[in-house]
Amino acid sequence: MKKFKLSILAAIAITGLVFTGCSSDDDAPTIVNEEEVITTLSVTLVPTAGGNTITLVSRDLDGDGPDAPVVTVSGNLAANATYTGAVAVLNETETPADNITLEVVEEDLEHQFFFTVGGGLNITTDGFNLDSEGNILGTTFNVTTGAASSGTYTVALVHEPTKPNTGVADAGGETDIEVTFNVTIQ
Amino acid sequence: MRTYLCMILLCSAMVAKSQDCSYTLSGKIIDLHDNTVLPGATLIMIGEGKTVESDIDGKYLFSNLCDGSYSLQVYHPNCETQIFKVKVSGNTERNFKLEHHLEELNAITLRASIFGSKTKTNFEQKVTEKQLDRFSSASLGEVLNTLSGVSSLNTGNAVVKPIINGVHSSRVVVMNNGVRMEDQEWGAEHAPSIDVNAIGNITLIKGAGALKYSGDAVGGIIVTEASKVPVKDTIYGKTNVTAATNGRGGAITSTLTKSYANGWYGSIQGTLRRFGDYEAPDYILSNTGNFERSISGRVGINRFEYGVEAYYSFFKNEIGILRASHIGGASDQVRAINSGTPLIIRDFTYDIDAPRQDVTHHLFKVRGFKNFKNLGKVTLQYDFQQNERLEFDVRRSSNDDDRASLDLALTSQTLRLDLDTDNTDLFNLKTGLMAQYQKNVADPSTGVRRLIPDYERFNLGLYGVADVSITDNFLVEVGGRFDYFHIDAQKFYRSSFWEDRNYDELFPDIVVEEFSNQILTNPKLNFSNVSATFGTRYTFNDSYKLYANYSLASRAPNPSELFSEGLHHSASRIELGDLRFDSEIAHKVSVTLQKQGKTFGFSVNPFVNFINNFIIIEPTEIRQTIRGNFQVWEYRQTKATLLGVDIDASVTFNDNWNFYHQFSLVKGYDETLDLPLIDMPPVNTMNGLVYQNKELKNLLVELQSEYTFRQNEFPDNNFQAFIPETDSFELVDVSTPPDAYHLLHLHTNADFSLSKNSTLNVGLSVTNIFDTNYRNYLNRLRYYADDLGRNISINLKITY
Repeated sequence: MKKFKLSILAAIAITGLVFTGCSSDDDAPTIVNEEEVITTLSVTLVPTAGGNTITLVSRDLDGDGPDAPVVTVSGNLAANATYTGAVAVLNETETPADNITLEVVEEDLEHQFFFTVGGGLNITTDGFNLDSEGNILGTTFNVTTGAASSGTYTVALVHEPTKPNTGVADAGGETDIEVTFNVTIQ
Repeated sequence: MRTYLCMILLCSAMVAKSQDCSYTLSGKIIDLHDNTVLPGATLIMIGEGKTVESDIDGKYLFSNLCDGSYSLQVYHPNCETQIFKVKVSGNTERNFKLEHHLEELNAITLRASIFGSKTKTNFEQKVTEKQLDRFSSASLGEVLNTLSGVSSLNTGNAVVKPIINGVHSSRVVVMNNGVRMEDQEWGAEHAPSIDVNAIGNITLIKGAGALKYSGDAVGGIIVTEASKVPVKDTIYGKTNVTAATNGRGGAITSTLTKSYANGWYGSIQGTLRRFGDYEAPDYILSNTGNFERSISGRVGINRFEYGVEAYYSFFKNEIGILRASHIGGASDQVRAINSGTPLIIRDFTYDIDAPRQDVTHHLFKVRGFKNFKNLGKVTLQYDFQQNERLEFDVRRSSNDDDRASLDLALTSQTLRLDLDTDNTDLFNLKTGLMAQYQKNVADPSTGVRRLIPDYERFNLGLYGVADVSITDNFLVEVGGRFDYFHIDAQKFYRSSFWEDRNYDELFPDIVVEEFSNQILTNPKLNFSNVSATFGTRYTFNDSYKLYANYSLASRAPNPSELFSEGLHHSASRIELGDLRFDSEIAHKVSVTLQKQGKTFGFSVNPFVNFINNFIIIEPTEIRQTIRGNFQVWEYRQTKATLLGVDIDASVTFNDNWNFYHQFSLVKGYDETLDLPLIDMPPVNTMNGLVYQNKELKNLLVELQSEYTFRQNEFPDNNFQAFIPETDSFELVDVSTPPDAYHLLHLHTNADFSLSKNSTLNVGLSVTNIFDTNYRNYLNRLRYYADDLGRNISINLKITY
């Protein structure tokens, strides 16, 4: 009786192990294409008085992989000029590219673009578009240039910031994008 | 001839029942190891229907006996059940010695005995249960934290992972009720999936010596066992309710056990635990609530010659991770660190939002044993475990908040066959084999690349451990184990990483398919590991014992170390594993001198652990991404040395007052780079004063002081990052350990008798009495927020 019990136990256990052991399927797992990834940020600056449109683009096709983003600035900004600006964020790993700007605008309360100037660049950014509660969203804006100079122009997209805020420093949340462009005003 | 005589005597005794059957058999139940008495042992007089229990002093008494021979079966929760033959002639006195379950020569078994009023082991077991009850609303890691040599790696306050002698995660093995927990323990923010209320007692072995369980416990093994069920007709249970101010929550747990004199028993247990946001002294730690549910049941029959038990447990834990810790790149890190307070503080809530973890663990076990006369005890065990881990990150689109970013299901099945020969008092052999099949499935519907790939793992193990008593006082133990692992994984690599790492030249054979920016590969890895132990135990002067042990542990690299490749949100860094890793080999030598006595007891346990191919993760570069700059941390193998000492001591002043002391020190060095190792527990010491009064409702008042020094040896992993707002490069200080801190805790409890069989135990605890602000070096979220503030909790326990 006792031996019987033990052997039944053994039999159940072994069959269980063997069965599941053998049922291992060799089907290849499905590929996961990162859905949340943002590969590209582009800033378009259109001069209000006519002239060349300037685009600033950062493209990082491997996301957090080892390849660094490719940053391009199409040309120099004119001195003492005004531009209307617009930001677009894309996921270019998909074809056609997924326009994430639409998503940002749709969830405007949870996003904000920040524009930071560094290194003596004579630029002011203002006239931001607002979210549904009247706080800054910043997908469109105005840029006013001053005297000839050069420096950095950083564009950041913060997710779930504290609104309103006085800048990135007290916005909290987390940075989804942060790109620093080297810009010259001529 | 003698047996005939005996039988005649026996028969005559039976026949002559009417003559004089008023004799008694009495004595004590004694722990074979240290000669301390064992209370709560059950003694069954086979065939006579008499059952008694040993009292607080280990004494038992059978009365109304006739002269003659009797068979006694003696049980104790901590010990192997044994049968003794006793000859009663007149009032007879006889003591019985019981052997522990674990022959843990290599390391001293620590059982919080220091909380007792005397340094006798008889208090140890009881206090362990009490200790666990006191922690009924805490996690396993927090309970273990009270032992010397154990600290914890925390992620916030709900994820508490034990660190033993400086190492953690895959280097610490948890044996839950005879089953090795396979709960994705490789992750630094993965806490053990065990409800402390389902545990009867915990044994800690600080070394790899318990080869029966595993050969890869570089740090140590934690063995939890369910409480033993007495063989008698009875029903009993307990209910424990805790309410706490910090987190504004509590826990309720209940256990009910029914047993029969024929050996059958059944037990069911369940726990509910719910906490909202915890609080630091100055602010709410937003999104740190947790919700734990667990239930377990077992049914079985336990006889001396054979036994069968089936056990099932379900554990589910939802844990909120501090919202302010979920950040982007280096600029966010600088802001968070410089801020001093969390950048996100919201109103108190019980809601648990992203980032959060949702872990479910199923464990089913069936175990049978049989004692063979000339062979010993043969045990066969099968277990099935499924661990499902969901991690929810803050998603870009709030519609996706209920969609996990990580969804891993790990299924393990293990078959074990063990033989424990127990033929003579002098020589004992334990041997066995195990086979395990494990499968990990990462759900692709997360829309996030798999952190850990799909894989299958096979493990075959074979072990043997023998001990020989050379003299009464001197015992030698030798053991060996061999493990074979085969891992068959299906891993997608990013093409850019694949080439950057030169894997395209090193492993062209494993490529299965190339996609536009990813490569599917099929790595097949084999590891053959040898582990061994050699130890001695020497007893002298009755109260002194010297343990010395050498253990060799080999650990195959875990999936995270092999396959990681991507951004780790909670750490704000990119983590990279390496396919080329070999097994980690650890040589640990530890010596323990132990003294036990009625007034003064201590143990001193120095150790040194030389580890070859020690796998560490460390920063290598700053990587630019469109999301900002991130530090890249790569796993690397090196030669490491860990050394330290653990000290326990206690002094009993009188029946009411005692004092205890605990001290743990560990130092770890990377020998290749000649640098200290990261995340080494700082020196810490715990001291307590206990007042106990048996006459006054068993009142216990304990004042505990916990002092943690500042870690002064650490590698400098700081880096510079460009911060646009300040238009400058700033130092990102991720290395500097926080300052030393001192915490005071108070604990009181008392027993109130409700009826003959039921007792109410009322406990009141205050932790961090002075609401001290502090940060813990071993808390991964220390950059973002202070640790917990004051907590007042009330605990009601009813036993019935």
